[in-house]
Amino acid sequence: MTEATQEQLNQRVPVERIKDASNYLRGTLVASLQDPITGALAEDDTQLSKYHGIYQQDDRDLRDERRKQKLEPHYQFLVRIRVPGGVCTPSQRLTIDRLANQYCNHTIRLTTRQAFQFHGILKRHLKSTIADINATLLDTIAACGDVNRNVMCTPNPEQSRLHAEVYETACKINQHLTPNTTAYHEIWLDNTLVASNKPDEEPIYGKHYLPRKFKIAVAIPPNNDVDIFANDLGFIAIAEADRLVGFNVTVGGGLSITHGEPETYPRLADVIGYCPKDQVLKVAEEIVKIQRDFGDRTNRKHARLKYTLDDRGIEWFKTELNQRLGCSLEAPKVFAFTSTGDSYGWVAGLDNTWSYTLFIENGRIADTENYRLMSALRAIAEIHSGDFRLTANQNLIIAQVSDAQKAAIDGLLQQYGLVKANQHSVLRRNSMACVAFPTCGLAMAESERYLPTLLDKLEPIINAAGLENEPIVLRMTGCPNGCARSVLGEIGFIGKAPGKYNLYLGANFTGQRLNKLYRENINEAQILAELTPIIQRYAKERQADERFGDFVIRTGYVNAVTAGKDFHA
Amino acid sequence: MPILLPGAEQTPLNAEQHRTAQQLIVGLSPEQLAWFAGYMTAQIVNNSTLPVNDLTIAEKHDAQITILVGSQTGNSSALALQIQTLANKRSLNAVIQHMEDYPLTQLKSAQFVLVIVSTYGEGEPPDNAKELYEQLLSKRAPSLNQTHFAVLALGDSSYEFFCKTGADFDQRLAELGATRILPRVDCDVDYEASAEAWMEDVLNALSSRLGAGAQQSAISAVPVFKTTASSYSRKNPFSAPLLEKIILNGRGSIKETYHIELSLENSGLSYAPGDALGVYPSNAPKLVDALLQALHFSSAEAVVIDAKQRAIGDALLHHYEITTITRPMLQKYATLAKLEALHQLLDDGHKEAFNVYCYGRDIIDLVTDFSVRHISPQAFVDCLRKQSPRLYSIASSLKRHPDEVHLTVAAVRYETYGRRRKGVASTFLADSVDENHPVPVYIHHNNNFKLPNDPAAPIIMIGSGTSIAPFRAFIEEREAMGATGKNWLFFGDQHFTTDFLYQTEWQRYLKKGVLTRMDVAFSRDQEQKIYVQQRMQERAKELYAWLENGATVYVCGDEKRMAQDVHTALQTIVAAESGNKDSAAYLTLLQKQKRYQRDVY
Repeated sequence: MTEATQEQLNQRVPVERIKDASNYLRGTLVASLQDPITGALAEDDTQLSKYHGIYQQDDRDLRDERRKQKLEPHYQFLVRIRVPGGVCTPSQRLTIDRLANQYCNHTIRLTTRQAFQFHGILKRHLKSTIADINATLLDTIAACGDVNRNVMCTPNPEQSRLHAEVYETACKINQHLTPNTTAYHEIWLDNTLVASNKPDEEPIYGKHYLPRKFKIAVAIPPNNDVDIFANDLGFIAIAEADRLVGFNVTVGGGLSITHGEPETYPRLADVIGYCPKDQVLKVAEEIVKIQRDFGDRTNRKHARLKYTLDDRGIEWFKTELNQRLGCSLEAPKVFAFTSTGDSYGWVAGLDNTWSYTLFIENGRIADTENYRLMSALRAIAEIHSGDFRLTANQNLIIAQVSDAQKAAIDGLLQQYGLVKANQHSVLRRNSMACVAFPTCGLAMAESERYLPTLLDKLEPIINAAGLENEPIVLRMTGCPNGCARSVLGEIGFIGKAPGKYNLYLGANFTGQRLNKLYRENINEAQILAELTPIIQRYAKERQADERFGDFVIRTGYVNAVTAGKDFHA
Repeated sequence: MPILLPGAEQTPLNAEQHRTAQQLIVGLSPEQLAWFAGYMTAQIVNNSTLPVNDLTIAEKHDAQITILVGSQTGNSSALALQIQTLANKRSLNAVIQHMEDYPLTQLKSAQFVLVIVSTYGEGEPPDNAKELYEQLLSKRAPSLNQTHFAVLALGDSSYEFFCKTGADFDQRLAELGATRILPRVDCDVDYEASAEAWMEDVLNALSSRLGAGAQQSAISAVPVFKTTASSYSRKNPFSAPLLEKIILNGRGSIKETYHIELSLENSGLSYAPGDALGVYPSNAPKLVDALLQALHFSSAEAVVIDAKQRAIGDALLHHYEITTITRPMLQKYATLAKLEALHQLLDDGHKEAFNVYCYGRDIIDLVTDFSVRHISPQAFVDCLRKQSPRLYSIASSLKRHPDEVHLTVAAVRYETYGRRRKGVASTFLADSVDENHPVPVYIHHNNNFKLPNDPAAPIIMIGSGTSIAPFRAFIEEREAMGATGKNWLFFGDQHFTTDFLYQTEWQRYLKKGVLTRMDVAFSRDQEQKIYVQQRMQERAKELYAWLENGATVYVCGDEKRMAQDVHTALQTIVAAESGNKDSAAYLTLLQKQKRYQRDVY
């Protein structure tokens, strides 16, 4: 890119200007953190903080009240902790628990991308929080921002040996694509030694990083719990005799859209080929670089890899990639996915260990009067010698439990009543909501705080229809950015305004087909009125093994979406 | 904002003259008005034998009566003006001297000295009286054989060292050989009646000594016209309607600080930043009921106050102070009660026991603990002090908010001895005042807390909690004036998130450059408490540089808990940065130059 175009870009796209002037993500963050008059960062720094895993938010419930009180918004920060592949140790889990209670709002959010998320951190506590996270050998760099984020991996506890291999690959990709800048260590860890004389370099990203966020997932069939097709780049593990041999490569997934702008659309990734396992890092790096060089930096709503692909064509992309690799990807191998959900409860692994998958409603770990989930998980972490795995469905797996420990952990699950969580309705256990109000700045409607209530009202309808054992993937987001992947729900809700949602139907059960808008801007009564007859009819007229998402297409409620570009058609 | 004359019936003008005068006034700029007023007054004073009311005589020769004033909040100054006017009416030659400008040696040649001085805190003299006070009580004090004197002491009997400064002056002047004209009079917060009686007595005594028709004062300077357009005053408060009441503390705060906006429309009242608003509170109706019940009175029973008959319920609600136990109150009550235990408490030997008893207790406890049978409502109210106004530093500038006055008020609520207690005035404002219940107010001018005349002069403001109020007024004023002087604000409170009073306003001023810098200390946001004085220490170098560049320092706040610490910090900073050990002298000089002003309580 020439100097002149960078200048034009800087004028047109504020984020590009901010990156350009940031000196490898430093900006004025240090000064912002020290400013005692405001709980906020300087405006430009709120963009840069994302690359350090930090979003500035405010309690939107209090915004108006505080304005009248002559107080600034109640600024607070979201900190996202990268947990590659979702695996962490009990001691890391305990540190996260302590920090949540010391500096945050006494809750931990498990995200849909296998990260821990803290909410409600005040500016003056940011540095200590980040330092303590790093001290426990986790980090927050590149958890957000126009870079590759936390690399996901199916936590698959049953196929232990295969998982170990695939997980290792996910970690390597995560490490390989972590930004090189020493700004993170300087700002948060007071560590200037790393950098002292050497100028920063970003051999993969360059000083302007990527045009937009970049997401990578690794799936181990038959589980598509990571929703591999929602990612910019995906690797589908191919095994022979329980040994990893390589990966099918998927490119061009991405779910976020903007209401009222049909030129934005969700897109599922295409499978473009197969690479042996030792080529994975090279393939990942070159794909990131293609997006770095060809992604549309002039329009952030058209900057994800999905648009680069559709604008230039998939064949162009393959040619470009093969050129850069110096060899061609092989033809994709056969694979099959059966589900995007988690299997709850105790499961035996191949290596004589046990694992327990616990349903966590909307991924929120907290203590309430009747359900002391946070305390329970702390008690388990204190005795557990295996690991914990965060699932892409915001649930938690207590993994690698030895025969000897199983009884003790089971005792704690009973003692704290955690077993009850897995007795929630099937519908609820297959549902997800994003955070939304009061902290998310993008939310247009409630999500996490509302979905449980909506489910309370849907459950009797499902039960009355005799569908209580039928899993239906139901997802809700408070805005169209898709954190909870609502366009992949067999029933999807996207917030439009307080109390109003778009209703989408017809995604498939394995995360391989997008849903379609069925009703726009409807309230709760309308939601129930619309869904009740469809549910009743599904109960009566479904074919053998026919999923809800397939049924609504066969019976004509919506047309199947076969390509992202047809989402609005 | 045009100046409005009071109604014609309140002026010596007839309707026609009133109309013409109003038209003239509306057309004049403030500068033109000031010149006009000054010039006309000077003409009248110089050419007429009419008595001159409401005039401050700026300087006099051959003054025979020296009115020596030490004032913290301005009450003493106001009384000095009052007695000077009365003296002038009697053709007595009297001059006002402020203690900070008065060399001790001059006392030797002063013939008649009337000392009016207040006491605050733990028996301390006002800031501007401290130097003279210390000199007078020191061994260096000269013999004063030629001097005659009388002392009017102001104070608050709810404090242990009631009127101590006045008493010290009184005792020391006598020790030094001066002749007492009258016994000292100690005034409580409801000081008007006793002060006026003292004035009458002292002027009678002086008239007889100096002879009636003593020579007319010679005037050598243009007098300062010292009247406002308002007919409202401490004696005749204005009922100010409530415009707005906001709690400034965010959710989760243990503080309850109100921003209160009152209308002064059509009151004619005006004020300058640094002035205070006098507020006449009513008592909490529930407390009145409890007291009536404890005393077995019905609220309709009649009592006579100032020759007017009122129901006791009404009297307790509006006219008397019914919380604080003062020594005089207890004395009167003890006489009624004839209880040995009470008399013992009042015994000089049991001061500590008295203090212990009063701490955390109110009159409701007294009448419950020491109940008296068959006391009459009249006898009871005669024990009480009259309800006195409370002063609040004004938080607004008239230039920015014409016809409005803003206050920053912390509601005081606490529990002692199993009873929930409420600060009288603060909870009156917080709980009782609403759109239908205006606030009786008057302006209390405070000349000891004023912006520098030079708009280019830098200022440093130090306050915490509600003592931020006058600084909001200062900054509003400086912004409205387009003053170019740099402004530095230190502010402290408990928590950043909930207690950063007027946060968004300060942010705006910082952004616009009106506020040059701001340093904040939130004491309870970290394990170790941090206060404003620590922030000052951290900025010592720069702070001293500002002082050297002519900055005026303003401190507003609690004397014991804050102002003292800030003073010590200033001393340390000056000593460290100047290398001069005598930082006390440096600060004293600043005080003399009016570059170190305090509004402390």
